[in-house]
Amino acid sequence: MRQAEEKPEHRPGSGEKFPFFPLFKFSSGSIIFILLVALLLFPSCRQGKSGHTIVVAGSTSIQPFADKWAEVFMEKRHGVVVDVQGGGSSAGIQAVRTGAADIGMSSRELRDDEKELYEIEVARDGLAIIVHPGNPVDSLTIEEVKSIFIGEITTWEKFTGQKKAITVVVREEGSGTRGAFQEMVMGKSRISRKAIVQDSNGTVREIVSRDPNAIGFISLGLVNESVKALALNGVKPTEEAILNREYRLVRPFLFLTKEAPSGLVKEFIDFVLSEEIQELIHKEGLIPVRPITRSGG
Amino acid sequence: MSLRLKLKPKTEQKIIQVILYSFTSIAVLVLVFILVVILKNGLPQLSLEFLTRNPVDMGREGGILSTIVATIFLTLIALLVATPLGVGTAIFLTEYTTESWITRVIRFGAECLAGIPSIIFGLFGFILFVNKLKFGWSMLSGGLTLAFMVLPTIIRTSEEAIKAVPEAYRLVSFSLGSTRWQMVTRVVLPSALPGIVTGIILSVGRSIGETAAVIFTAGSALRLPTSVFSSARTMSVHFYIMAKEGISMPKAYGTAAVLVISILLINVTTYYLMEKYIRRKK
Amino acid sequence: MTPLERNDRLIRIGLLMIALSAISILAIITVFIFEQGTPIMFKYGLKSFLLGRDWYPTEQSFGLLPMIVGSLMVTAGALIIGVPLGLASAIFLTEFSHRRLTRILKPVIELLAGIPSVVYGFIGLMFLVPFIRENFGGPGLSVLAASIILGIMILPTVISIAIDSIRAVPDSYREGSIALGATKWQTVRLVVLPAARSGIVAGIILGMGRAIGETMAVIMVAGNAANIPDSILAPVRTLTSNIALEMAYAGGEHREALFATGVILFIIIMILNTLANVTTARQRRK
Repeated sequence: MRQAEEKPEHRPGSGEKFPFFPLFKFSSGSIIFILLVALLLFPSCRQGKSGHTIVVAGSTSIQPFADKWAEVFMEKRHGVVVDVQGGGSSAGIQAVRTGAADIGMSSRELRDDEKELYEIEVARDGLAIIVHPGNPVDSLTIEEVKSIFIGEITTWEKFTGQKKAITVVVREEGSGTRGAFQEMVMGKSRISRKAIVQDSNGTVREIVSRDPNAIGFISLGLVNESVKALALNGVKPTEEAILNREYRLVRPFLFLTKEAPSGLVKEFIDFVLSEEIQELIHKEGLIPVRPITRSGG
Repeated sequence: MSLRLKLKPKTEQKIIQVILYSFTSIAVLVLVFILVVILKNGLPQLSLEFLTRNPVDMGREGGILSTIVATIFLTLIALLVATPLGVGTAIFLTEYTTESWITRVIRFGAECLAGIPSIIFGLFGFILFVNKLKFGWSMLSGGLTLAFMVLPTIIRTSEEAIKAVPEAYRLVSFSLGSTRWQMVTRVVLPSALPGIVTGIILSVGRSIGETAAVIFTAGSALRLPTSVFSSARTMSVHFYIMAKEGISMPKAYGTAAVLVISILLINVTTYYLMEKYIRRKK
Repeated sequence: MTPLERNDRLIRIGLLMIALSAISILAIITVFIFEQGTPIMFKYGLKSFLLGRDWYPTEQSFGLLPMIVGSLMVTAGALIIGVPLGLASAIFLTEFSHRRLTRILKPVIELLAGIPSVVYGFIGLMFLVPFIRENFGGPGLSVLAASIILGIMILPTVISIAIDSIRAVPDSYREGSIALGATKWQTVRLVVLPAARSGIVAGIILGMGRAIGETMAVIMVAGNAANIPDSILAPVRTLTSNIALEMAYAGGEHREALFATGVILFIIIMILNTLANVTTARQRRK
């Protein structure tokens, strides 16, 4: 196959012998052009990776926020590029280990075998259990939530008196949000097979906001007026309740690096921890943190 | 069945005609409905600003410039790779060989490739280009994946176009003492050009509309791409993400309108070319 | 050998190399997908993959049966909706309508084949899903919604191929039948359709391939529950959406299991392709 792709390169050579049909001149010319462009771009891109570009990859829960932080950072530092990618917490951890990313983003605690990475907590996020705004239910116990997601409670009758089937909406296997929910609410029990599965927090919110009988879980930072966040065991998911640990569904937003942060990477992390961004974090519904840097072996 | 036997043929025909008429109306109306909804909600969103500004705040504000640029470049990369391969294959199949097991294998390969779902191309591109060749999520990975996807289309249309060139042209060229290659490049390709272009334009349409294969190979970074190694988000991917996550319905409709209009324009051009050059020759 | 002849030979070899690209790409894709997907299938046993009902890939439970059934159900649904509508339209446009109407409508329908699948999915999400939820119950995201959207998506393919093959039936057949006193519908049913059969079937198979391979539109409207649906109003997950939904996050065996999903999808598609090839080849021979 490689041979086949290289073939067009040889055409200009034979082209000198015969005046060729224009299409071929055009295509061989443009192939050479694209090769040249690629060659020119390749080294510059490599260079850029160490000099002016930071690749940030991982949790899609953090991604939308990190996108914004990067936007503000790039406005301040002209010529610097912060490339924010999704991929999920596990992929982010993998990417920073292999060096594919300079900073990994994880929305779950690191496992023991991942502890060799440097972790910087940049924010904390609550997990909100959300329902349609028209749903009369305001509060559930964690046990009730668990029974609903296991599939033991299938209608709203017990809570509202109406015999409407509950539409359970969850994230897909492997997502950090689902992982956090599984760990903090479900424990060893499995989420029902019948649950509707969506692959982003935004989509879960969108579906719950349209279906009067739906229940789902999303990042607290992404709750808006289109859905209602339930109180758990009577505790509303407010910042206060999260800070004094009354609201229990809380997870960290971690930035991970392979080595102690330095250079542009450190600059970006410090920027995220700065008052300005922490305030922005606050405004967006996340819980700001003081930097906690741990270094592992 | 038994009912049909009891009816008079004329009555039966009347009933069938009504059924056929209403089914056709349903089919056409549904398809037109989709078009109207997108254009009605999307056209008011369109403005010069929408087309020339980058998305801000995940696409809630601003325009779709970076996604347009990404779409164009991804498509260009795909075509630059697929066109020489596709046209070369077509020339070989029509001018340089006779029917044999080799041509059958080649045709079988192209037909199977055409039938492979885009998500499989996405999986493949992800493993080969993104992981193994370490291009990362980039326009290069996305473009190459798309090139493989549109290759069968280009092969098939070029082959048809070349076949449609009258045999007499070739005979005259040979009788004037030209080599096969001279005959192909000076006589056959020029007269098959419109047909070949049709195939290329058709592939452009397919590349623009593709989502599944692109999202896993080119990624979804919203930034304006700066090199072939930048991750980029095409219009289709942008629309998919905006619509599904309910980020901004007006902007989603706007993106959809741009997407649909460009594809319709492309298809109209193709249709016109086909009518003019290929079908007429037959 | 003169230089010219040698040149021609070189060119021929070069073109052969290029011509083998399509088949090599097919081979590479096949090798990659199988290389990534089959080891895990054999590790946990083919049976647990094909017949297992539990898809909890992070807990080593990789049952793909719900997705296999899901893909088949949704595709069957698409055909139930798309084929009658498509065939009726093709018959109407070729045999019963004004030529001028056909000349306008056929291009329009073919143009619509180019509308990206995400647009179909979006329309489904905005209009069809709420309609089903409010009128028939359930979450709306369902087998029914996916079937209808896919059915509409395959319409242009089915219609345009059916029109072409009905048109290819020689007019003398029709004239003969009419001369024998048959009505137009009898002519269509007894003469034209049987003659155009294999072309129509090929179009349907092509539409079926499109339906089973569609990803994004299905993810948007199907609800994606990894469970064998107990009604057409229940959510469903197809093989394609299984891959697309979880690919982004999957690592290790989870990712391999998604490639295994790809392997099964690949095999199903190849069977369909071969069927389509055989039918079209049979028609060509006629």
